[in-house]
Amino acid sequence: MRVTFTVNGRPTEADDVWEGESLLYVLRERVGLPGSKNACEQGECGSCTVYLDGAPVCACLVAAGQVQDRAVGTVEGLADGDTLDPVQQAFVDAGAVQCGFCTPGLLVQTHDLLNRAHHPSDAEIREALSGNLCRCTGYEKIMDAVRLAAARKADARGTAPAGSEG
Amino acid sequence: MAGPTTPRNLSAVSAPGRDGIGASPPRPDGILKVKGDFAYASDLWHEDMLWGTTLRSPHARARIRSVDVSAALALPGVYAVLTHEDIPGSKFYGLEIADQPVLAIDEVRFHGEPIAIVAADHPETARRAVARIVVDYDVSPAIGPVEALDPERYGHVHAPADYKAHASGNIVHSQHVHHGDGDSAEVRARADVIVRGEYEVGMQDQAFLGPESGLAVPAEDGGIDLYIATQWLHVDRQQMCPVLALPPEKVRLTLAGVGGAFGGREDISMQVHACLLAQYTGKPVKIVYNREESFFGHVHRHPATMVFEHGATRDGRLVFVRAEIVLDGGAYASSSPAVVGNAASLGIGPYVIPNASIDATAVYTNNPPCGAMRGFGAVQMCFGYESQMDRLAAELGMDPVKLRRLNAMEQGSVLPTGQVVDAPAPVAELLRRVEAMPLPAAAYRRTGDGVDLRELPGGVSNSTHGEGVVRGIGYGVGIKNVGFSEGFDDYSTARVRLEVINGAPVALVHTAMAEVGQGGVTVHAQIVRTELGVDLVTIAPADTRVGSAGSTSASRQTYMTGGAVKSAAEAVRGTVLARGRRRHGWTPDLVAGLRLVDGKVVDRADAVVADLVDLLGDEPVDETVEFRHRPTQAFDRLTGQGFGHVQYTFCAHRAVVDVDVELGLVKVVELAAAQDVGKAMNPLAVLGQIHGGSTQGLGLAVMEEIVVAEGRVRNPSFTDYLIPTILDTPPMPVDVLELADPHAPYGLRGAGEAPTLSATPAIVAAIRAATGLALNRVPVRPEHLTGI
Ligand code: FES
Ligand code: FES
Repeated sequence: MRVTFTVNGRPTEADDVWEGESLLYVLRERVGLPGSKNACEQGECGSCTVYLDGAPVCACLVAAGQVQDRAVGTVEGLADGDTLDPVQQAFVDAGAVQCGFCTPGLLVQTHDLLNRAHHPSDAEIREALSGNLCRCTGYEKIMDAVRLAAARKADARGTAPAGSEG
Repeated sequence: MAGPTTPRNLSAVSAPGRDGIGASPPRPDGILKVKGDFAYASDLWHEDMLWGTTLRSPHARARIRSVDVSAALALPGVYAVLTHEDIPGSKFYGLEIADQPVLAIDEVRFHGEPIAIVAADHPETARRAVARIVVDYDVSPAIGPVEALDPERYGHVHAPADYKAHASGNIVHSQHVHHGDGDSAEVRARADVIVRGEYEVGMQDQAFLGPESGLAVPAEDGGIDLYIATQWLHVDRQQMCPVLALPPEKVRLTLAGVGGAFGGREDISMQVHACLLAQYTGKPVKIVYNREESFFGHVHRHPATMVFEHGATRDGRLVFVRAEIVLDGGAYASSSPAVVGNAASLGIGPYVIPNASIDATAVYTNNPPCGAMRGFGAVQMCFGYESQMDRLAAELGMDPVKLRRLNAMEQGSVLPTGQVVDAPAPVAELLRRVEAMPLPAAAYRRTGDGVDLRELPGGVSNSTHGEGVVRGIGYGVGIKNVGFSEGFDDYSTARVRLEVINGAPVALVHTAMAEVGQGGVTVHAQIVRTELGVDLVTIAPADTRVGSAGSTSASRQTYMTGGAVKSAAEAVRGTVLARGRRRHGWTPDLVAGLRLVDGKVVDRADAVVADLVDLLGDEPVDETVEFRHRPTQAFDRLTGQGFGHVQYTFCAHRAVVDVDVELGLVKVVELAAAQDVGKAMNPLAVLGQIHGGSTQGLGLAVMEEIVVAEGRVRNPSFTDYLIPTILDTPPMPVDVLELADPHAPYGLRGAGEAPTLSATPAIVAAIRAATGLALNRVPVRPEHLTGI
């Protein structure tokens, strides 16, 4: 079958898609966007997290046919050319990236969190990222990165981090 | 897309004069990784490529009566179905002993053993073809670690005539260590108290997030180019060449992006399979394991059963230790012999004990093969000896940290192998520091509305509001060796090139080191900046065009390949200065004091004597150096004596847990660590290693185990094999000590493994403190706490 959708704002067509193929497979193998990672194909690790119509989902659990006429956003769409999104920059600066296999999913999930909650508490951060496994970092530097990104975004908005806005 | 997406040069740019050793510059691959542009092995693509898959045995032990591949071959889109009969060269491989068939020959010895491989034009076609292969099995009962020790009754895992090296019966390798008077009757009589404990460690998986993957591309010269996620390119090649019947120069490996390793990529997995399919079809072949296959596709941490006896005087001085350890090596040898060597030589922990008798043995079984995982034989032992230290402290009515500090080894201490520790060994100091860290506040209130469920055991499943929750605190400390041991010729190779590009001096670093996430590429750039005074450093992709770097394991790469990069940079500097001497007539005395700083040659008084760009001109300087650590010795087979390890590394942990004693749920509240790293080459990366290692120790303590029943793996998925999430992982304050090892480059000490050792016993000690239970097995499960 043919699936027509947008990826990172660009109209995209994938041909010869099998019924059983996931959105993750289509992104990685058919439209040349391997940034989203496959570490379990069971919805357990979050490495494949992408936006679907603005909500984060595990791309491995979405059948390709389900994205017909819908909008997909991936890690490749977070940066504006060479300008990293504050979440990406914070992951680099805080040392939250080791092997980096978990990173694309964590970035999308964190990006979503910080759109919803400008000053998340540590407990809120942990809850929001609880579906994203990382085997390398022990999450400490990931926590630092999320806090750093939240603080920088607040600075850019000119707002003080005065507790959670949820 | 055109051509293979292959690894590229990484540019590491720093502000002028900054970001040498001791700084924490960003990773040179960091931006690629956060943009989703970093080419992991599973992301590779080639025009016209095929997908490979593997048929694996559903049985742990069976004769193969027949294999019929005709239905698989008949499927449209299938290009090849290969069995052992199609292998052009040797049919066996192995890290230390070549006892593992590339594809099963007439029998299978573990659940998941590869039998046939398929190449097809779509991964789903390849999977369907695998399902059409018909194998006729004659199944036998699996031999487990208990049966393995009685081969007369239960049989052999391998035909007795096939056992190689020290293997015999079902024993892969054993090592005895006899220290002082062992555990003789006289020694025992000197102890006022003797405590005995039996402990078990379950099978842990590395669970790196990026499953095994690679792309094999047949070349015009009849050779193969393999882009691969591995830990050691050259030893992969060494095992591949005989199977492919190709000389080394025709098997070229390039490191693709690696999604973590932790020992699980030390053995080869799909490397040979992809190359065989590429050789046969003449087309590029990519193999990417899914998570389930990954659980079957690599070795695991050895399960262990351990019996310890510790004798001490009434005032807490250790008199002797007796330890008997059996490690389940699984069906093939992998690195079991070296794991046994570690377990035996490090088996009493970082303590001074005048007498010891230790026996460590690895057995062949029909369980999944076990080999390298972070901590490598020292993890299991640490759970045993630290549990014993707590038991002894309780018996003596002594504070457990005080008991440990009283017996702690230090520089100058003699190990049970007879080796004198000739570098700092601040064991007591690490314990003192970790104990002195402030304790976390009680995270919950027993009553009232202010309870945050997320702070409690059970979390938002709302299983308690604080009732039944008890806090416990526990400690652990461990000792791990760094580098390859027991007389192995351990070396690494680095090539450094210095040249002028666009008017600026630029250094290129080329090694075969596997960057698996640890940040070696960052440190290499830092070393070159420090030694050569340049800001721009390029890291070339790791490949087999340069000499071996050894494995990214044994906490050795910063020491070994870092040491090689340092030596190569020094050689480059020497050549540059020799050029200056020839050209400008510099005196030997002047040259002896010259350094390269900020693109200039400066003398002892920091006066500029030349500009590096002028000195280099259009003649690059290019040096390749092999670096070796001090030689070690094999342990004596009968006594375990010998200078077996080149360096030791230590970490101490304090764990604070809350346990819901009614439901058996554990929340680790805090996991504090103190570790000596000799020199923190990159403090941010050091913290990353300590946090990551501690978290894997936490996983072993309370959740991680591959459950094997009668040889069959029951939980090969992330649904059933749980690794710590961000909710399971607590804040981890770290105190880093830097006491230089005079024998190591920059005084550094390998950092990656030690934290994995002591986290586990510290957490279990904390759970014991909260529950009063003995808890002799890890992982600790809820049913162990509730008795149900
Ligand atoms: S790959 Fe989708 S959740 Fe793991
Ligand atoms: S950085 Fe390796 S899995 Fe997270």
